[in-house]
Amino acid sequence: MSLATTHVETRGAVAVRSVDKSYGNQQVLHEVELDVAEGEVLVIIGPSGSGKSTLLRTINHLEKVDRGTISLDGELIGYQVRNGKLHERRESEILVQRTEVGMVFQNFNLFGHLTALQNIIEAPIHARKIPKAKALARAKELLTRVGLADKADAYPRQLSGGQQQRVAIARALALDPKVVLFDEPTSALDPELVTEVLEVIKDLAKSGTTLIIVTHEIGFARDVADRIIFMDGGRVVEQGTPSELLTNPQHDRTKSFLSKVIEPAFNI
Amino acid sequence: MPSATNVTEPQAVQDPATVPAQQQVVAEPSQQTADNYADYAVVAARHPWRWVGTVIVAAIAAAVLYSLLTNPRWEWGVVAQWFTAESILRGLGQTLKLTLISGSLGFALGFILALMRLSSSPLFSSVSWTFSWIFRSTPLLVQLLLWYNLGYLYETIRLGVPFTSITFAEFQTTSLISQFAAAVLGLTLNQAAYSAEIIRGGILSVDQGQIEAATALGIPRWRRSTKIVLPQAMRAILPTAFNEIIGLVKGTSIVYVLAYSELFYTVQVIYNRTQQVLPLLLVATIWYIVITSVLSVAQYYIERHYSRGALRTLPPTPLQKLRAFFATHANTNSSKGQL
Repeated sequence: MSLATTHVETRGAVAVRSVDKSYGNQQVLHEVELDVAEGEVLVIIGPSGSGKSTLLRTINHLEKVDRGTISLDGELIGYQVRNGKLHERRESEILVQRTEVGMVFQNFNLFGHLTALQNIIEAPIHARKIPKAKALARAKELLTRVGLADKADAYPRQLSGGQQQRVAIARALALDPKVVLFDEPTSALDPELVTEVLEVIKDLAKSGTTLIIVTHEIGFARDVADRIIFMDGGRVVEQGTPSELLTNPQHDRTKSFLSKVIEPAFNI
Repeated sequence: MPSATNVTEPQAVQDPATVPAQQQVVAEPSQQTADNYADYAVVAARHPWRWVGTVIVAAIAAAVLYSLLTNPRWEWGVVAQWFTAESILRGLGQTLKLTLISGSLGFALGFILALMRLSSSPLFSSVSWTFSWIFRSTPLLVQLLLWYNLGYLYETIRLGVPFTSITFAEFQTTSLISQFAAAVLGLTLNQAAYSAEIIRGGILSVDQGQIEAATALGIPRWRRSTKIVLPQAMRAILPTAFNEIIGLVKGTSIVYVLAYSELFYTVQVIYNRTQQVLPLLLVATIWYIVITSVLSVAQYYIERHYSRGALRTLPPTPLQKLRAFFATHANTNSSKGQL
């Protein structure tokens, strides 16, 4: 909350500046430049290994970048400018920054030993120091919003994949993040469970929170995105509105990717 | 999405062609037989060899029990006489105290060592590794004697700033290291070295995604380790940890070398005086069995506690099973008839 007061006018604008990232001698991000406006819904598509997930993970500092900077509402993630130098932030400060960025994982990653409700209140109470009663009320409200009010006391393993992912979304929202990152949120789900999760995300897209979504669901991207970027080989190859990028791609790489992703749905 | 219905249709067309052929094959041998067996009585399969095995095992068990009860040299009267003697109970109390203190301190230190070993700091990790290496590669007996004789190596223990003459406090080592202190020190450090590895194994068994999710939520490191990772690691830790604790209960008997009056040393002192060696060893043995049994029951319930969330439904406790057994058999005995 204290951080938000200094940036009342903007909420959730992300700026990625010439970010490089390598694992060993394999470079996964090349000079990535990206601006996400406040409240924008950005969808990232691209083949596996194109650096989509890595880019997402650098935004909440789960991965350190090798070069370049990422900022949220003008504040650098993981670093601080002092005397013309970038000082690495202390872990406690990074933790505070992370609470501003929610993340939803492909494999849900709900805490298996905690109930749905306990999963949601954990971070608000222990990372944000919100009083328990307040956190509980907010958690119940969020569970209702994702349609799982009756599953508050269920453990993750007692829930279907779709239900688990909806709890995970509620957990990410419990911190009132400025940005929510989705890392292939429906890839681990049975086809008939995908819709229920996408509905929740669509609903969220209308709420004005900045969303950055990595997905293979092209139809969903078309519906929900303000802008789509196509990544390949660690680079942003092309970007545009859904209609521009999906129906009239400029680059050969984009064309061939889209032909593989979109065609099979009509052909089988 | 609409294409999904198109996908299934061609298969649906193919199916009717193959199904009748299969049905004919099945239908021929059974001819006109009705498929309704609801009225048939069920005859349980017989296991004659199981009965033979049962008789043999029962005979052996009876023979062992008979010899235990009737061989006068076991001197059960002496066992009974000493079993609850005040000195024995005092020794038992010391054994429990040593187990409790060294067990809890050992596991607490083991947890810290496991975290150090898994930390990204090469210093922490190698200090932890060296600790486990030293304490696992030297005999506990030697460690205990070494701690007890620390006063010979270092006459005084000084609390101050290293390499300077600044001293806050200075102790006579022999006054600091009593038998009890040496026993606790030896058992704790030894236990810590083993439990560090057990806890590390448990932590490694927890999905990396759990740590990642906790990190992404901004949950502080210590809470992440103790409230997210450790409870889930417990399922892997507990069975081996209880092995260790049960080993420790009996392992405390080794501190008899320090003439510390725990259960085993007490028993020795008594039988050296009365020459009733076997009955008194039996007294100690039975007490160890009692402690171990209590721990085994505790283990069952603690493991059950930590399997919350890991299983869709918790298995029934033995008590619940017993109740269910009697509940069903009370109903079915009358209808089934007797074998």
